[in-house]
Amino acid sequence: MIDDGLHPPTYPFQQLNTFGTFDHASIRRGYQVYREICAACHSLDLVHWRNLVNVAFTEDEVKAMAAEYEYRAGPDDNGEYFNRPGILADPMPKPYPNEEAARAGNNGAYPPDLSLITKARHGGVNYIYSLITGYHEPPAGVELREGLHFNPYFPGGAISMAQNLYDGIVDYEDGTPATASQMAKDVVTFLDWAAQPELDDRKRKGTQVLIIVSLLLALSVWSKRHRFSSLKTRKIVYNPPKDWSSNPRDLGKK
Amino acid sequence: MKLLKSNPVLTLFNDYIVDSPAPSNISYLWNFGSLLGICFIIQIITGVFLAMHYTPNIDLAFLSIEHIMRDVNNGYIIRYMHANGAGFFFICVYIHIAKGIYYGSYRKPRVFLWTIGVIIFFLMIIIGFLGYVLPFGQMSLWGATVITNLCSAIPWIGTDLVNFIWGNYSVSNATINRFFSLHYLLPFVLAALVILHLIGLHQNGSNNPLGISSNVDKIPFHPYFSYKDYVGFFSFFLIFFYFVFFTPNLLVEPDNYIPGNPLVTPTAIVPEFYLLPFYTILRSIPNKLLGVIGMVAAILIFLILPFVDISNVRSTQFKPLFKLFFYIFVVNFLILGWIGANHAELPFTIIGQYSSIFYFSYFLFIIPLLGIIENTFSSIITKNNTPLFYFLNHKL
Repeated sequence: MIDDGLHPPTYPFQQLNTFGTFDHASIRRGYQVYREICAACHSLDLVHWRNLVNVAFTEDEVKAMAAEYEYRAGPDDNGEYFNRPGILADPMPKPYPNEEAARAGNNGAYPPDLSLITKARHGGVNYIYSLITGYHEPPAGVELREGLHFNPYFPGGAISMAQNLYDGIVDYEDGTPATASQMAKDVVTFLDWAAQPELDDRKRKGTQVLIIVSLLLALSVWSKRHRFSSLKTRKIVYNPPKDWSSNPRDLGKK
Repeated sequence: MKLLKSNPVLTLFNDYIVDSPAPSNISYLWNFGSLLGICFIIQIITGVFLAMHYTPNIDLAFLSIEHIMRDVNNGYIIRYMHANGAGFFFICVYIHIAKGIYYGSYRKPRVFLWTIGVIIFFLMIIIGFLGYVLPFGQMSLWGATVITNLCSAIPWIGTDLVNFIWGNYSVSNATINRFFSLHYLLPFVLAALVILHLIGLHQNGSNNPLGISSNVDKIPFHPYFSYKDYVGFFSFFLIFFYFVFFTPNLLVEPDNYIPGNPLVTPTAIVPEFYLLPFYTILRSIPNKLLGVIGMVAAILIFLILPFVDISNVRSTQFKPLFKLFFYIFVVNFLILGWIGANHAELPFTIIGQYSSIFYFSYFLFIIPLLGIIENTFSSIITKNNTPLFYFLNHKL
């Protein structure tokens, strides 16, 4: 149904597997794609520079990256506000100061914050991947308003965001060929990490928990069977009296 | 004398879960009572820790949840346990209720126990709803708007009552503040009801799969059923922690990860999965007031079970017709849930209406009729002279 958007196929993102974790090289490349392309319009408010440390970059790399941006701080001892270079504790810089500015710069459309985007859409990473690689010429008979683009995966089919990923638009530092699908895979992995940075840790702890609980379950089954063994193997026997006249209940009557 | 049997408080403990006599033949379905206790304890403990980091403010609630998820040490475990724990609480309570219906646990002499249970269930739904509003995502805001607006269907006072609940003219900061307060308060009311439930249980003890008196063969709760409960606990934890650690968002609507925005209505407003059957009944009735009455009645109708079931036999083990309709009722309940997850359009609306009709018919007509039919058959077999009105001639 066009109102719900085309159902996205399932792509082999490794973090979707039960015990799968993030491809961290892909997160690093995905950050580059986000920074060079998406960040022009989309904010990433919930992610701080410190979150990237030891995930896709070293601490020194992140410090250098943060310092490239200026943050407003203050007031200082004279009550003045001033600009300082970014530090690890700062959030990702916003492309627009507020929603009104974002709408004014985007033909009235508001580019959503991407911090939780893979958790906040039906289909998750598969949907985002399909969406950013799924642009088409509108089929015959479909008229789009000025400034809208045809995308079958977007609910309603008409999306304000234009296609942004073209082969070779980014130069990867590790030499990976920057095809559109490669960049889409990388940026979606990065965004999925941004939405659930705890995933690797969660699955490692989950594995430990499941192992421990499995052992306890086995132990509890064994001890339960042990406790019940006498009850389960008991034999209930009814021995009718051979001589009914010697029934103790009747003794008093005679 | 052992302290366990002389200390006035420990005596209670001893009477309820150590030396308490239990039927020897109760199956694993009887584990769900103690499992619900575990669910309740999980919710209380994780909830207390969540409240230490949560901010009940319309602008900060969503961010404080993300703060818990990202910055608080192991905060994501606490929050995912609380969110998934609510779902598992309801799954357990549905199985617990189904067991009660199947084995006739609602019947005399356990009517008080059953009544308290239904009230607990109703209170659980309210607590679950209040909690779902607190993260203040899109589904929280709009779910709260829809459900609180149900009160506006009440004649005369409806609109005033809704404004009273909101503390404003829309779901606002005052609303989320009081919802947080109530979400913290009502579980303690629930705990009191649970104690009443246990007192009710203690009077006659557990029912058993045969539905006949088990006084000839009782065994102490400890060590038999305490050890059997461990098996239930760890089986539960295995499934529960799989959800918490590996698919924590499977049961959550994605829209709730979008901050609540009063200017944008989601395309479909759906409650949490465990309330979908009742949501379907609400939507199936075209009239607003009757829909609300229908939804509330669908929950409270469990109260009449002890009075409409006039069968002479307690356990469904021995009632083939009752068993058939019990399973139809269960499937119908799942269908109601499935309909609630779909858009209100054909063919779902019409299926939902027929399912709703069956849901109420089950309690109002099918169970009494099954009682008459089965009593008649059993009296024919036992050569009673007045088969058709056998049930009238006997004490019910």
